[in-house]
Parts: sequence; structure tokens; C-alpha cells
Amino acid sequence: MALKYVAEYRDGDLAKKLIQSIHDLKIGKIRLMEVCGTHTMSIFRYGIKGVLPKNITLLSGPGCPVCVTAQKDIDTYIEFAKSDKFIVTTFGDLLKVPGSSSSLQKEKADGADVRIVYSAFDALAIATDNPEKQVLFCAIGFETTIPTIAATLLVAEKQNIPNFSIHSSHKLTPPALAALMQTKGVEIDGFLLPGHVSVITGTDAYRSVHEEYNIPSVIAGFEPLDILKGILMLATQSKMKRPALENAYPRAVSDQGNVKAKEIMNQVFEIGNATWRGIGEIPDSGMVLNKKFEKFNACSRFDIDIQDTKEPKGCACGEILMGLKTPEDCKLYAKACTPMNPVGPCMVSSEGSCAAYYKYNR
Amino acid sequence: MAENKVLLDHGSGGKISHSMMSDIILPLFNNPVLAMLDDGAVLDISDISSKKIAFSTDTYVVDPIFFPGGNIGDLAVNGTVNDVAMCGANPLFLSVGLIIEEGMLISDLKKILKTMADAAKKAGVNIVTGDTKVVPKGKADKIFINTSGIGILPDNVNVTGANAQPGDKIIISGTIADHGITILSSREDLKMTSDIKTDSAPLNYMVKAIMDSGNEIHVLRDPTRGGLGTTLNEIAAQSNVEIKIKENAIPVKSAVAGMCELLGFDPLYIANEGKLIAFASPDHAEKILEIIKKDEFGKDACIIGEVLPEKSGKVYMETLIGGTRIVDMLTGEQLPRIC
Repeated sequence: MALKYVAEYRDGDLAKKLIQSIHDLKIGKIRLMEVCGTHTMSIFRYGIKGVLPKNITLLSGPGCPVCVTAQKDIDTYIEFAKSDKFIVTTFGDLLKVPGSSSSLQKEKADGADVRIVYSAFDALAIATDNPEKQVLFCAIGFETTIPTIAATLLVAEKQNIPNFSIHSSHKLTPPALAALMQTKGVEIDGFLLPGHVSVITGTDAYRSVHEEYNIPSVIAGFEPLDILKGILMLATQSKMKRPALENAYPRAVSDQGNVKAKEIMNQVFEIGNATWRGIGEIPDSGMVLNKKFEKFNACSRFDIDIQDTKEPKGCACGEILMGLKTPEDCKLYAKACTPMNPVGPCMVSSEGSCAAYYKYNR
Repeated sequence: MAENKVLLDHGSGGKISHSMMSDIILPLFNNPVLAMLDDGAVLDISDISSKKIAFSTDTYVVDPIFFPGGNIGDLAVNGTVNDVAMCGANPLFLSVGLIIEEGMLISDLKKILKTMADAAKKAGVNIVTGDTKVVPKGKADKIFINTSGIGILPDNVNVTGANAQPGDKIIISGTIADHGITILSSREDLKMTSDIKTDSAPLNYMVKAIMDSGNEIHVLRDPTRGGLGTTLNEIAAQSNVEIKIKENAIPVKSAVAGMCELLGFDPLYIANEGKLIAFASPDHAEKILEIIKKDEFGKDACIIGEVLPEKSGKVYMETLIGGTRIVDMLTGEQLPRIC
């Protein structure tokens, strides 16, 4: 599969050299967490676990946006979909995620107007094309997606589009890492930090977490050589007992990140608390609409208030997202919970660790 | 005909139906059996000694109906020709059922029927019976086509997905994922342009050449919906064997690989419409590969893996970096209405 500028990062011979260097470290047992769901998928897609020394355990972290979306937020999206006044627009992954009693996919089958979009701008275009309807955009995602959603709202504000609103379930990565480190029972010897998120945040965003917990931290891209290089750097830091914050993805990530994107994000959103599925509320880990843009907040505009709902019994998504369990430790995995009939979001999302285990590892 | 759009009357069985038959369809699908215009086709197979026929049917609902490299018409002919050929048979006769949405442009319909006639001619099959229905606007999407095909199976042929044997080499006749990515990129809402086109093609001559060569072949399949990954899983399960393929051996056009990368699709699960997978005994695999490569549609053929003796029913892939992973069946619909 030759592909210019990508093939270089999938080169089998170079991979062998990196793998050999990792083995040559003869490292003791370490547990590394790949924070991002795209890393999880790439690790499985290229069979990376199988080529590493047995002493290195890779854990999937809380970096899959669908997986960490609270059930209450899913129920909120479903509530809007039930109203025939609304067109609900969403990224495709969210469609199948079960809420407490339904899913967007089921509502769609029952006649709700639920549409998949690839960008918030597509959702805004739907609003412009359907002035008689209200259009809700299910705003989920991390630092990677928040700026484009903010940019969409800037346009909506400028063009004075009255029938567009969002429900924000946005999450920030660094506060989640700090929360993980404070959670009892969590044992992590190093973070493989997300590539795309870091393009926006920059390396500096992780400095306070890194310094407070003195944990090896390396930003890595998503190609197999990027990941192997990141693992080699983490293992080397661990072996030398010299924890550092390093960037193995300098072709895309700078220290400051994308300053303009961050500015746009901060014009529309402000930091607030967020509830992470299976983990609970993490202070200052969310992005909520600021006062000026509060009019785009669907829940306050239409007075929708969904009660907290219990997550499905037996689903270990929360513990899996914190690296406390692997999907195989979950009683429901591959039995009651499969991609065709998912119980928890980690089995639904294409970036979910349960989906990755199911697809590539059974 | 004066009208420029298909009317409900065109499917009524009355005068307008008949004029469509005599003015458009008969001249295109020109053959004596169809020209009889009886309720069914009577097929003379007195000069064929074989005792087995192969029979297959498929329905085409692709959206959009016109796309780079073809349209729903040649897709419908080639698809069924290939399904019959994958039984090891030589396809001879096709039926065609058209379900047309009221208001479709007659010029579009003519274009599709002309493509079907050309595709049938190229594949050496006759369209011997058919049916046309017109449904009210909104009750179908432009045109749906069903084709069924009958082929003659030479004696002593045992080609089936249940016949993969340990040691077999696995051949793919060319690059994968071309068709699915063509359809996807020609859908309006994606606004992408590329020079990728469908691989839709008849594979019956390729199959006949393999069969006539006398080399030992165990499985033939065309990896259409669900792609190479799903088809290999079906074969592994049917034959109760383990399959191992090599990622770096699988041919993908770089433009197609790029589109897959961009959209997050795995080419292993994207539809093909002019490719076959052949499982050949190790002693005969190279010879069969050479035969496939000589065919117009097999120039990029190569060996991508082999069958292992384990009875796991699973498909594994050696990845580009030397790791191993499972290639699972596709769950759910990756791309709706691809064929």
C-alpha cells in the first residue's frame, strides 16, 4: 500500500529496528497508557502489542470522545430527536450508542430526523436549508474538534441564524490525566499522549500534569513507526528513571500548539466541569458556552433538563477507560456486548477499546 | 417515443409498455429468444453435454446510478455474470427485471440499457427474458435492477467456498476497494474529485481459462459487498480452516488508499466488482496466477496469502511492521447502497 508521506511511517525494516531497540532495553514490567482512541485502533491494526516485550503492558485510556460521553448527554440528544420540531445532527459514531432506553439510531428508525454530518459546518448548512426546523448539533469531542465547532458558532452568530443550537459535551484532555493519576488503584508508568489533540494544545498543555506527577509523557503520531518511537522513548525514560515530557511528533505538534484555533475556541467556550462516562465529574475538564454564546445552548433555550440515569449494570467501560480493567475482564464483553448489540459506548465507537479488542484481538 | 420521462403507463403492460419494448429494449438486447416475447424464455441446450447448471440472482440498487467507469446497468450484468462464473460455470443466459421510478429520464434509461447490452455482449451472454415495472415517484429511487443468470458447469468441477485446503495459495486478481471508493467519492455530499473509477468487469473468460487449463483450483469468489476481508472470513468458516494473508502483498491503488485513509475506511472491507479470489493448490498456484495475469482484467494479480491447517475458521494478517492481527467480518453496513 504505497502512499506518499505515509508509507515512510509504515516501513517494515525501520519498524524492526525500533522493535529491536525496545527489546534491547530489557526493561522490567511497565504499564503505559495510550490516552487516545486512535492510538488504540492503530496499535491493534498493526499488531503492535504482539511485537513488544511481554513486560510492556499497553492500556487504553479515556481518549475516545464517544466512550466518555455521559449517558445523560446521550439521553439529552435522544430527547431532542424525539421532537418533530428538531433535526438532530451528529457524528456517525454516536448513532448507535445506547442511552438509558433508546439510541439515536433507534429513534431514526422510528421516524426521527437524525442526520450524520462530517463537520459542524454541515449541520449549520442544514439549519440554513431548513428554516422551519430547529437544528441541534451533538457537540462531542476533545480539543481536536472544539475549535471547528466554535468557528461554526461564530459564523452562526455573524449570520444571525436563529434555528441552530448545540448541546456541548466537550472534554479537555490534561485535566482527565490529572484525575486518572489521583484515582485509587490506577497504576500507570507513562502516558503515550495523543497526536491530534496535541496539534491544537501543544506540548506545553501537559507540563503541569507531567511535573505534578513526575510521569514519563511522550506525544506520538498515529502511524506504527510513530507509536513504536513513542513507546521506545517512554521505555527509555522509565529505564533511566528520568521522566520527561517529550514530543515524538514534531512534524505536527509544536510547544504552543495551534494558537489561532485556541483563540477561536476561547471566544465561544469557557472552561467548566464535565461528567465523563464511567468516571464521573472532573472539575474544569469541560468546555461550556460562554455568556455571549449561551443563546446557542439548546438545553437552556428549549428548557430541556434530563435527569441523571444509571449506567448499564455490569458494563465496565469506566474502569476500562481508566486502565483498571481490560475489555476481557468485563463480564459482558463478547457475550452480552458485541458491536452488533453494544451495551457500552466502548463497544460502539470505532475508537473504543472494546471495539478494538473485538475487531482485532479475539 | 415522444415522452422524455418514464410514466406509470410504461409499466402498465398496455400500449406504451409494448412500444417501450419494441422501440428501446428489443433493438438493444437483440436475440431470437427474447424476440419471441413469450412469458418465459425457452432455452435450447441440446448441444451441451454437461449435467449441471449454475444459477444466481442479484439486485442492484446502487446510488448514484451513474458513476466513473460505469453505471448501474453494466454493474447488474457483470455482477451476475461473475456470480455464476464463481461457481466454475460458463454463464450463458440472463434475465433482467427493471423497477423504475416514475419520472426517470428516458434518455437515462436508454443509456443504462445500452450499457447493459454492451456488457452482455462483452461477456458473451444473452438477455433472454425480462420484466419492467414502473412505481410512483418516491416509491423507488430512479431505478433498481434485478438480474438472474444461468451458466453451464463443466463435469467434475468442485469449486466452492467449503473447499479451501491447508497449503492452498490465495490469489487476488487485482487491486482492491476500487468500486466502493468510486461510489463513495461520486456521492454529491462528499464533494471530492479523483480519477478513481469502478473496476466493474466480467470475469467469466478469466474463470474459463483457469478451468480449461486443468490446474487444481478449490475456491473462487468475487469479493463484492463486505470486501476481501469479509469474503475470506466466509471461506475460512465454510471450509473450517485458518487463513493468513500479508498486508504488504495486498494491492491497493494509491489514490484509493489515500481516500480510505482520509475517510477512515479499511480497504479490506470495501466492495469490488471486477476482482476474484482464487484458492489454488500450492503446486498449481503459480500457473494459475500466470493465466489470470494474461486476462484483460487480471494484470495486477498476485498471491496474498495461504491456508493454514488450524481449524479456527479465522483470518489473520501479518501487518506491515511484522505484527499479526485478526481480520474480522464486517459488522453492520459500512457503506449503504454500494451495488
